[in-house]
Parts: sequence; C-alpha cells; structure tokens
Amino acid sequence: MTRISAAFSKSHPALVAFITAGDGDTTANLDALVAGGADVIELGMPFTDPMADGPAIQEANIRSLNAGTKTTDIFALATAFRKRHPDTPLVLMGYANPMTIRGGDWFASECNKAGVDGVICVDIPPEEDPELGPALRNAGIDLIRLATPTTDATRLPTVLNGASGFLYYVSVAGITGLQVAAQTSIDEAVARLKVHTDLPIAVGFGVRTPEQAANIARVADGVVVGSAIVELVAEHGTSAAGPVRDYVASLKQVIVAARKV
Amino acid sequence: MTITDPTPNSFRNQPDERGHFGQFGGRYVAETLMPLVLDLEREYRAAQQDPAFAAQFDDLLEHYVGRPSPLYYAERLTEEVRKNAPAGKGAQIWFKRDELNHTGAHKINNCIGQILLAIRMGKTRIIAETGAGQHGVATATVCARFGLPCFIYMGAKDIERQQPNVFRMRLLGAEVIPVTSGAGTLKDAMNEGLRDWVANVHDTFYIIGTAAGPHPYPELVRDFQSVIGKEARAQMLSRINRLPDLLVAAIGGGSNAIGLFHPFLDDKEVAMLGIEAAGHGLEKEHAASLAGGRPGVLHGNKTYLLQDDDGQIAEAHSISAGLDYPGIGPEHSWLKEIGRVRYDSVTDTEALAAFQLLCRTEGIIPALEPAHAIAAVEREAKKMNRDQIILANLCGRGDKDIFTVAEALGTSI
Ligand SMILES: Cc1ncc(COP(=O)(O)O)c(C=O)c1O
Repeated sequence: MTRISAAFSKSHPALVAFITAGDGDTTANLDALVAGGADVIELGMPFTDPMADGPAIQEANIRSLNAGTKTTDIFALATAFRKRHPDTPLVLMGYANPMTIRGGDWFASECNKAGVDGVICVDIPPEEDPELGPALRNAGIDLIRLATPTTDATRLPTVLNGASGFLYYVSVAGITGLQVAAQTSIDEAVARLKVHTDLPIAVGFGVRTPEQAANIARVADGVVVGSAIVELVAEHGTSAAGPVRDYVASLKQVIVAARKV
Repeated sequence: MTITDPTPNSFRNQPDERGHFGQFGGRYVAETLMPLVLDLEREYRAAQQDPAFAAQFDDLLEHYVGRPSPLYYAERLTEEVRKNAPAGKGAQIWFKRDELNHTGAHKINNCIGQILLAIRMGKTRIIAETGAGQHGVATATVCARFGLPCFIYMGAKDIERQQPNVFRMRLLGAEVIPVTSGAGTLKDAMNEGLRDWVANVHDTFYIIGTAAGPHPYPELVRDFQSVIGKEARAQMLSRINRLPDLLVAAIGGGSNAIGLFHPFLDDKEVAMLGIEAAGHGLEKEHAASLAGGRPGVLHGNKTYLLQDDDGQIAEAHSISAGLDYPGIGPEHSWLKEIGRVRYDSVTDTEALAAFQLLCRTEGIIPALEPAHAIAAVEREAKKMNRDQIILANLCGRGDKDIFTVAEALGTSI
C-alpha cells in the first residue's frame, strides 16, 4: 500500500494541508502540519505566474521566490521531510513550467529520490498528459488529477484515465482562496464522482472554517485546506509553526468527529 | 534559407488536431477551463463551415473597420534609405497600412472575429488583457458595437504609459482593471484575465489579443488576422504582378506578423523576417523570447519564453508596451525551429529613430511596435538590390505613443 492510499484508509477522512515551499520556515511549518494531524501534505512549488491562485497563494509564491527559493531547495525540503516523517505522504503541487523545464523524466526521478508520493500539476490537463504523466507513472509517483464543476460526466473518464492516488475535487470554478462552494453542490458532486471512480475524493478550494471542513468530511474522503494556512504563514512569518499546528489541529478534530455514518 | 528536413508539404496546415505546432502550442490550462476551450474549438469549427459567419465577418471588416487597407509604396523612405546604402542597393519599401483601420491597429480584425464567436456561443460578458491598450481599445470598441459589457485587464505600468488608450477604453464604456502583480505589464494582465475567466466560466468570453494562449486561440487569431496577408498578396499581384521578396513584421505575441506571413508561407520565393523587441539590448533587459529564451509552458501554450533555469518567467522590457511580453505565439516558435521564418531584434533606440524617420519621410506617425519593423526594414533594404521589394506591416498608428516618445526624446508636451 502506498503512503497516499494508507492515508485514505484510516478510520476518518483525510485532512490534506497545503503550504508554499520556501515561504516562511518551511521545515518548521511542515512539522507543524504533521503535529496538527495533517494526513497528507501538499507542498506548493512557487511560480512567477500562478494563474489559478488567488491573492493569498500568489503572495506566498512571490515571498518564496523573493527569498531565493530554487527547485533544488524544494527537493531538499522534501528529502529532509521524508527522513523526519517516514509515513506522511507528501505531494508536490504547482505549475507545468517549473515541473517540466528539465524534462518530465528529470522531475519524476527527483520526486522519486526525495520520497515524494504524488504530483498535482495545475496546468497540465489530460490532453497534455505526455508532458509529465508517463514519466511520473514510470517512476511510481501518483499523478493526482483535478475535477471541477465544469468537468461533466462525458469528460470525467478522460480526467480519470491515468489518474492515481486520489481525485482532487476543486469545488468552485474560480481561483484559490476566495469563494466558498455551497455544501449541497459539494454533496452532489462527490456523489456523482463516486459513480465513476474508486479513487478517494478530496474536496478543496475556499475551505477555511472547521464547520466547512466538517460538512465536507461527512461526504468526502478528504478535505483540502490551503489559503487559510498560507495566510497564517503570511501573518506570523518565521514563527508561524505554533499557529499553523493549532489551526490544523482544530480542523483535524472536527474532521475525525464528522466520520460519516 | 535553412529549412531542416523533413520539409513539410505545406507550412500552412498547422496546428494538428491537438493544437500543436510541432512541439509547440497545445492546451496547458487548468481543468476548470479545459471544457471551455474545447467548447470554443467546437464552435470555431462550426463557424468555419458557416458561410453566414464569414459573410458577417467580411461585411464588418469592410464597412466598420475600413478594409481592405491600402498597400503603399513608401517612395521617400526608400530614397532616404538608398542614400546610405552601397551602390545599387536599397530595396523598394512597401507598407500594408493596417494603421488606417478603425481604432488604429490590426487588433480590431481579431476582435471582430472573436466577438462574433462570443455571440454565437451565447456569451454575455467580455474580458480581455491589453498591453499597449490597442487590443483593449479594439475589444471595447466591438463590445460597444454589439452592446456587451467589457472588462479589460491592464498592467499598472502600462496604464501609466498608455493613458490615451485607457481614456479611450473608458469612453467606449469598458471597465479598465489595473493589475499590480508582477511588473504590472502584459504578462500580469494575461494572468488576471485567465483568473477572471476561471471564475466566470458560464457567461464570459475571453478575447485574447494575440496569436497565443491555449488552442484554438493561436489558430483562430491567426485566421482572423490573415486578412492582412491575403489582401496584401492580392494587392501586390494586381499592382505589380509579383510577390514581395521579403516580409517584415514586429512581434509582441505575433498576431500581426502571423497574419501577414501565413498566406505567403508556401510561396517559396518570399522570405520572412519577424522582429522582436531588444529593449535596452539583448545582453540587458529585453523582450526577445526567441533570441533570448527557450521553450517552456505559460498562458496555456508551449513556446519560447524568457525564463531562468528553474522555469521562472523573467520580466520583459520594451519601450513599446505592445511588445513587452516574455513569450511569443507558438506558431512563430515552430516557424523558427523549422527555419521558414527568420527572426531578429531591434532595440528601443533603433525603434525610436525609425519612428522619427517614418514621420519625416512619409508623413506617417507609426506606433512604436511597427517602428521596430521599420528599423529592421531599413537595415535589410540596404543589403538588398534596388529591384527587390520589402513589404512591412504598418500594423498601428502612433497617436497612443506620442507621450512615451516625447519623454524618450526629452521633450515635455
Ligand atoms: C500596433 C501594435 N502592433 C503590434 C502589437 C504586438 O502584438 P502582435 O505581435 O500580436 O501583433 C501591438 C500590441 O499591442 C500593437 O498595438
């Protein structure tokens, strides 16, 4: 069993937590996510042009790049994380250009060496899969695909073809961190997706309160929280670990309690 | 010309069904947008088969835009260049006068095509990005003409240097939304355009202003702009019964250039030269992605980009806001790689000199974008024989640039 499937096989839905690599004290923040109870960690790779992100993550990208974060630094963070936390799955999330600039094979092999379990690439849809998909699959790295409110039933099989690890349901048509989806639309979407796939379904975009997390946890296999954590890093700078841990723990508590019947 | 093997049967049948021009192009967009670009492609294919669509496009180009634009022999510029050329040298310089279009640039050709597609698709809200403001003005114009609300994303730095166009857009009823992220230029405006689109998928049509972005944009923008080359080719044949020896056009994203080049691509005797903005110089800050970049993925397509080793996109620089972009349309990347088109660059300083030269010799104030092409024309004409013909795309007029030029020349107005 992979680390990702183990994380989704627990007795409670998974809490998937996102931070941007190189923004603040990433090592301390990663540890804080684990300490707070994150079941899966998404580590964002900063990019100059994060087209799918709202202001919070855009600014985190800029802070990270201004601090001089390089791709090699991100793999070093991942390698060290894997030594400290042998069981917590780590997923790299980012944009096509930094992931493919040295070729898909290079990226997949670095992921493999660093103990990265999965990759989410925002702007490589299934139609451009050859760019990165085959390399990741050869290296045994999960390619986590996104389904969105615009992904209809006819398109869904295309999205699922070649996907592994889990399916990330982007609950709003929009950028990260701004809007919140109506819970009924999430319930319907998850039910619809479940008909097509056995992959665990994690729901994200706009989730920030424990109440929202609990509502999603009642229907989905995972809850993704990003901008709200990134905002804590923005607020607390290099001493964000405590607040991040406490916030994540508050989400985790309700997610565990929300175990669906 | 160096064409690497195997030479395709035609240079005019790109892209493939996946929207790829060789290794370039494609559809690198977030999943939320993917169904929308597929829809757009479907609707564009239907429009291509629909004689009523072509008829409406042609009618608007003729009676609203003022096409065909003239083909003009620039006699005094030709004479001026010959004065400094070796004996017997100094090709004849001709211009395709798209600066005479309604709104002052070629951008309107594409906007007419895209607004008709938007209406066909039942979209009720229009967004666009703009650099120099010419595409913004053209988009605001067609929105006013068809009564659709219009939102234009424009970098804060460009808003500052293109004030007349900002005011024009507002007069036309558009909302101009300043973009402060990044360097506040065209690249950042395009990011915001994509962010808006992703958040307004149901009612919004994104009118992209150059031959770039996810498939089918590079193809459809090229097709709409190809009216330039089709007219020019027919005009050349009817005026002097021959084709030009060299085509020259400036390149921001590459829409005016591909619009001129594409109809001539299979005319082996016609050479082509695309001019990128060398800004302060290729070893300093510039916007020449073919000269100084390498292939990567941005804004929905794979193409040459200015970037670092990690694939972080660099800021471009050009005195011309319309050329100030770190990428280029994917078809140009392909045409460069297969060697069908030659690409070169022109600095801010050279463009400013050419701008003034055209004003004084021909009584035409060009936009700073085609001023780059004119500088290259001067350079090339001196190397060519007097019986040879250069045709350059005079794709915009300079009214919008007089403040920038005045400042660069140290004059206040
Ligand atoms: C007059 C003019 N020419 C050229 C350009 C550059 O765009 P493209 O390379 O797509 O023609 C612009 C862009 O704003 C423009 O206004």
